[in-house]
Amino acid sequence: MNDRPATGWLARLRAGLSRTSSRLASGIGDIVGKRRLDHETLEKLEELLIGADLGVATAARLTANLAKDRFGKEVSDEEVREALADDLAAILDPVAKPLAPDPAHRPHVVLVVGVNGSGKTTTIGKLARAFRAEGRSVMMAAGDTFRAAAVEQLQIWGERAGCPVVSRETGADAAGLAYEALERAKAEGIDVLLIDTAGRLQNRADLMAELEKIVRVVRKLDATAPHDCLLVLDATVGQNAHSQVETFQRMTGVTGLAMTKLDGTARGGVIVALAEKFGLPVFAIGVGEGEDDLRPFEARAFARNLMGLEA
Amino acid sequence: MFDTLTGRLGEVFDRLKRRGALSASDVDEALREIRVALLEADVALPVVKDFIEAVRARAVGEEVIRSVTPGQMVIKVVHDHLVEMLGADESGLNLAAAPPAAIMMVGLQGSGKTTSTAKIAVHLRDKLRKKALMASLDVRRPAAQQQLRTLGEQAGIATLPIVPLETPQMIAARAMDVGRREGYDVVLLDTAGRLHIDEELMKEAAAVRDAVRPVETLFVADALTGQDAVRAAEAFHEKVHVTGVVLTRVDGDGRGGAALSVRAVTGCPIKLMGTGERIDALEPFHPERIASRILGMGDVVSLVERAAETVEEEEAEKLAARIQKGQFDFDDFAQQLRQIRKMGGMGGIMGLLPGVGKIKNQMAAHNMDDRMLARQEAIILSMTPAERHNPKVFNGSRRRRIATGSGTTVQEVNRLIKQHQEMSRMMKKMGKMGKKGLMRSGMPGLMPPGGGMGGRGPF
Repeated sequence: MNDRPATGWLARLRAGLSRTSSRLASGIGDIVGKRRLDHETLEKLEELLIGADLGVATAARLTANLAKDRFGKEVSDEEVREALADDLAAILDPVAKPLAPDPAHRPHVVLVVGVNGSGKTTTIGKLARAFRAEGRSVMMAAGDTFRAAAVEQLQIWGERAGCPVVSRETGADAAGLAYEALERAKAEGIDVLLIDTAGRLQNRADLMAELEKIVRVVRKLDATAPHDCLLVLDATVGQNAHSQVETFQRMTGVTGLAMTKLDGTARGGVIVALAEKFGLPVFAIGVGEGEDDLRPFEARAFARNLMGLEA
Repeated sequence: MFDTLTGRLGEVFDRLKRRGALSASDVDEALREIRVALLEADVALPVVKDFIEAVRARAVGEEVIRSVTPGQMVIKVVHDHLVEMLGADESGLNLAAAPPAAIMMVGLQGSGKTTSTAKIAVHLRDKLRKKALMASLDVRRPAAQQQLRTLGEQAGIATLPIVPLETPQMIAARAMDVGRREGYDVVLLDTAGRLHIDEELMKEAAAVRDAVRPVETLFVADALTGQDAVRAAEAFHEKVHVTGVVLTRVDGDGRGGAALSVRAVTGCPIKLMGTGERIDALEPFHPERIASRILGMGDVVSLVERAAETVEEEEAEKLAARIQKGQFDFDDFAQQLRQIRKMGGMGGIMGLLPGVGKIKNQMAAHNMDDRMLARQEAIILSMTPAERHNPKVFNGSRRRRIATGSGTTVQEVNRLIKQHQEMSRMMKKMGKMGKKGLMRSGMPGLMPPGGGMGGRGPF
């Protein structure tokens, strides 16, 4: 999914983010226009950033940064947006890394985790398609053995992507299923194994222990697995994302994030705060319900789009 | 759900309470901190601003600054406004229509519509004795209709048979038809998750609503939502006219800002909230109690209600009779452990008690959670029936055997036996007070004396 032509996805990302950015950008336009940058203006700027879920601390830092050399000066709307976009891009740039399966691993095991309803199964389906398009062989493990019909949902994605799905009946042990899937993937020389898991709230200790067990069991077959652990975040999530990243990272060693549902009005601005705090790569973003609506995350484009600027 | 917010507000209030007199600047500072606390709890910005202004207007008034305990007064003002914001009166589902009454569920993808649909059907059956038919109008997400059918099968709720290639309108019409012919009280329509900016899908939802004329159109909102909660809620309200809100994932450690915001911008009451993954984990939303919970004052009323619901009347009477005779054995002990777990475990109970935020953290630090209950039960289950009835027989070798059998240590077994002794001593004292006394004493009795809590009981 790295070498997709830039025009296509940029346009789509912009379409997806435009609602977010136009609101944010027009908001800034209203506030700044062409006048002196004063306390009141700064406060409103800060509130706008908070409204985009950047969080109080990050918003305060960004506005303070802006004020440092521009306070009291005449500034245009464009200038403010450019400056904020640059700051955002600087924060986001280090985390914009795609999910790159290591060919040395056969299979490269990706464990996908997240809270209920964040879009894990859909993301896996889209990832499978993207990897298939790159010519890799993919296997999926329907590890959400809790939610009704989650297995069927993944099977339909398996048909769409043309890859096998390892599944058991609902209620079966997810760790056992993961083990079996890895065994099969190894035997068949599969490139990438995507393991789905049941959604769980990060404050449920028992369910988090279950995730740990999956990791433990998978390691019996391959001590280096899972090679990646992808935490799926819903763009509508607010500051709770901090707690989600923290807990999932502690329990399963999250190696990267995916943010879904960016085609709504949710800004997913919390990703900026997460980048500052955790520095975890953002592997991909979801911008729609279509099968190919999973995109690599690009810092500059994301930041500029967030500010309503041309990439 | 409100833990973090409660913690933050608690700090602010603690500082206020320590002051004798409050100046206007004290109040200002507290309000600034409350503002940040609310924003970090994902309460929508416009809602926060209104809230702060309303509280300020009342808090800087003479009544607060002159009162004997100004800190307390500010807390009261904040509490009153929270209740106002959450909706002053609780409101249940409206079913006042010629049966079958239609209830339509709408919301964003992944907010919890399907699970909530099944939970409401169970709620209607178990609490209101209404027969419900569920139908999934989600023809978009793979296997969505199967999901509802499976949930229905698990819970024993009827679902509309799936006919492939039907449009949502057709499914809705068929559901109402079947509901009418087969005498259902309520028909629950679970729609596909959609973005509020997807004009086409919003029109589709509106068309279903116009055709079916539901008595309730419930917007399902995720308690973990950030600032976007208000935008989605507003849009849904505008386009399909929402009559109430179901708040989901209230059992998460999210800060619940969405609850405060959604109610404030739509003016629709929050009617129900989802508090767990189990099919019966759905509770009525009580604004007054939730406000108290947010402020760390606890929700004792809910606790008592939950206890009353979970504890089987008959069992309790039997137990009470035995205790009056001074026969509280390990079987009874195990029974009580199970009851606690049924009531939502330690965490669930603690969350409802006043001022337990700190104790909760302590408990977590000492690993005192539901696993402890499970271990205690395991110990009891590793005893022979004779041992359970006659605790006097325990010697060293029996204790060792029980520890091995339950995968625990002798120390843990000793602790449990000691705990049982203390409990039965207390129960003898309470014996004459009958059932009510038992309920009151049973819970503190379950806390291990000195076990992990530094010798202090939490109550």
